[in-house]
Amino acid sequence: MFVTTSHARLGLLALALVIAAACNPGASSPSPTSTATGAATPLATQPAQPTPPPPAAGSIQVNGAGATFPFPLYSRWFYEYAFVDPSVHFNYQSIGSGGGIKQITERTVDFGASDAILNDEQFGAAPGIQMFPTVAGADVPVYNVSELAEVDPIALDAATLSGIFLGTITKWNDPAIAALNSGVTLPDKDIIVVHRSDGSGTTYIFTDYLSSVSEDWKNSVGTATSVEWPVGLGGKGNEGVAGTVLQNDGTIGYVELAYGMANNMKIARMGNAAGQVVEASLDSTQAAMADFGEDMPDTLARSIVNAPGADSWPIAGYTYLLLYMDQADCTIAQKLVEFAHWAQDSGADYATELHYVPLPDNVAAQVLDKVDQITCNGSPISQ
Amino acid sequence: LSLRNGAFNRRPMAGRSGLAAVWQHGDGLYRAALVVAGLLVLLLVVAIGWELWQSSGQAREAFGLDFLTSSRWDPAIDQEFGALPFIQGTLVTSFVALLMAVPIGVGTAIFLAELAPRWIAGPVGTLVELLAAVPSVVYGLWGLFVFIPVVVKPLGISLNASLGFLPIFEGPVFGPSRLAAAMILAIMILPTITAISRDVLRAVPNAQREAAQALGATRWETVWQVLIPYGKSGIFGAIILGLGRALGETMAVTMVIGNNLDLSASLLHPGYTMASIIANEFTEATFDLYLQALIEIGLVLFVMTLLINVVAQALIWRVRGPQGARP
Repeated sequence: MFVTTSHARLGLLALALVIAAACNPGASSPSPTSTATGAATPLATQPAQPTPPPPAAGSIQVNGAGATFPFPLYSRWFYEYAFVDPSVHFNYQSIGSGGGIKQITERTVDFGASDAILNDEQFGAAPGIQMFPTVAGADVPVYNVSELAEVDPIALDAATLSGIFLGTITKWNDPAIAALNSGVTLPDKDIIVVHRSDGSGTTYIFTDYLSSVSEDWKNSVGTATSVEWPVGLGGKGNEGVAGTVLQNDGTIGYVELAYGMANNMKIARMGNAAGQVVEASLDSTQAAMADFGEDMPDTLARSIVNAPGADSWPIAGYTYLLLYMDQADCTIAQKLVEFAHWAQDSGADYATELHYVPLPDNVAAQVLDKVDQITCNGSPISQ
Repeated sequence: LSLRNGAFNRRPMAGRSGLAAVWQHGDGLYRAALVVAGLLVLLLVVAIGWELWQSSGQAREAFGLDFLTSSRWDPAIDQEFGALPFIQGTLVTSFVALLMAVPIGVGTAIFLAELAPRWIAGPVGTLVELLAAVPSVVYGLWGLFVFIPVVVKPLGISLNASLGFLPIFEGPVFGPSRLAAAMILAIMILPTITAISRDVLRAVPNAQREAAQALGATRWETVWQVLIPYGKSGIFGAIILGLGRALGETMAVTMVIGNNLDLSASLLHPGYTMASIIANEFTEATFDLYLQALIEIGLVLFVMTLLINVVAQALIWRVRGPQGARP
C-alpha cells in the first residue's frame, strides 16, 4: 500500500508538472518527468515557448520518420530550429526504428531515424545510406527491495547483471552480489526480473550490453529491440517497467536514465570494464562515447557498451539519423546539412535538458566531417 | 454481427396500395442502397483478410502450421516465431473475462429493466454506458497503478493461499497477470453486455409479464422463466459482442498482463495476447520475416474472431428455435 500511494503521488506530481509547464509561458526548462513519458513532452515544452513564426508560404518541407526513443528531443530541436531558419519546416513521425528504416530505404522520407544499427542486409537494400549518431542514451538497472530501501544503491557488474537476467542468479543474497556489496546485508529473497515488453531502443542498448559481456547471453538471447527473454515480467514502456518494479518487492528492471532519475527509483551502480564502480549520469555516459571516439568505423555506427574508461557508464548507445550520402533534392540536402551543424553546435543544450547525452567533441567532429561530404546529384553542397 | 438475416425478405409484399406503387422506384433505390452498404462491409472484411494473407506470405512459408503450435518467439538469434502463447493468452483472458462479466452484466440488466425504480435506472444506466466511453489506455494505466496493487494482487495472494493446489492458481503471485487482464477486460465489456441485455429485456412485451404473473409466477420466476427465455438470443448476441471486444482489446491488456511467453495454466502468472504482441513489437520490427510473423499473428486473430462469431451465430440460430421467437 505504501508503495502504491507514493507512486500515485509521483504520477500526480508528473501531471501537475506537465500542466504547470503547459500553463506557464515563462517556464524555460521542461519537467524531467515529462521527458520520460515521451509523447507528453512536446505538449509540455511547446506551449511553454513563444510560437515560432508560421512556415512562410512556399517553405521547404523536410520529412522524416523513425525511432520513438529520441522523439522528445527531435521534436524540441525542430521546434527551436524553426526560429533559426523559418524557411524550412521539419516534420518527424515517431513510428519506430523499423518503420524509419523501411521508409528511408524506400525513399518515401528525406531522413530516417533508428536506435538499432542496420544489419548488412539493410545496408545492402539502401545503397549509399549513412548513419549519423545524434545523441546517446543510457540504460540504468533499477530495483525495489524493501530491505535495501534505506541503504545506498547497491553495486552490480557484468557477471551479476547478466546472471540475473539469464535466470542463473535467483536470490538477492547470491554470493556474487554479496561479494560486490560488502557491508550490505542482502535479504534471502527471490529476484523478480522486469523487462520492456515493447520493442524499443532501450532494450536494444540493454541486450547489446549483456551480449557484449556474456557469451551465454550472446548465444542464447542476443541483441535486438525485443528478444526472447529467459525470465521475467514484461512491462509496456518505461512506465510499465517502473510500475511493475515499484509494486513488487524483490524486483529488478531497466529503464532510461532520465526516467529512473525523474522517478527517484533505486538505481544500481555498475562495475565497468575497467573494474571501477560508477554511477549513471550524463558525464559517465559521455565518457563512454569518448572512449570509442577514436575508433569509429566509416559507417559511424558503433556500439558503445562496456566502454574501457575508468569513469565510463557501461550501458549506453547512440541513436542515429539515416541519410543518403548523395541527395536527390539540392535544397533539402542543404537544409539537412545546415540543420545537422546546428544540432551539434547549439542543440546539445536542449539534449542535456531532456537527459539525452550529447556527443563528445571527438565524435561530433567526425559526424560533422561526414555531414560535409554529403553531395547533391554528385556535386558538393555549397555552404 | 447480423442478427436480422432474412428479416427484409419476410416483409409481406402483397396488398400494395396505389400510392406505394408510385414509390416503387424509390423502393428499388432503397433496396440497392442497402445491398451496396451490405456488400461494402463484406468487401472490407475480405480486403482485410486478403491483405493479411498477402503480407504474411514469407512467414507462412517459413513456419507452416508449426506457427500455431510453436511457443518460440525469438527475433534476435534464430528468428523463429510461433503463436501458441499468444493464442492461449487471448482465449484464456477473454473467456475468464466473460465468466466474470456475464453474471454481473446480465444481473445489472435485469435490475435496471425490471426491478430498479426509474430514478435509479436512469442514472445507473447512463453510468454503465459511460464505462464504455472510457479510453482503453486509461483502463490500462488505472489497472497498472491502482487496480493491480489494490485489488488484483491481494486477491491473487489469497487465491493462491487457499486454492494454490489447483494449477490455475499456482504461484508465485505477481501483480501483472492473466487474472489482471481478465478482470480489466471484464470491466470493459460489462457496459456492452449490460446495455444491450437491458434493452432486450425492456423490449419484451408486457403481455408476457402480465401473463406470467396472472399464472401466479413470482418476480423471480417471471424473470427467469419468461423474460430471459424470451430474450435469450438478444442477450446471447450481447455476450458475443462483448467477447469480440475482449478478443481484440489491445492497449489495456498489454499494460496489465505482464507480457510473458509463459504457457502454464495459472491465471496468476503473466501471459501474452495476440493483440498485445502486435502492439508491442510492430513499431520496432526491423526485418521482413519479423514483420510478417506479426502480420500472421494478426491473420490468426482475424480468423479466430471470425470463427468464434460464426459459431456464436450458429448457436444463436439454435437457441432462437424454429419459430424464430425473438424480441
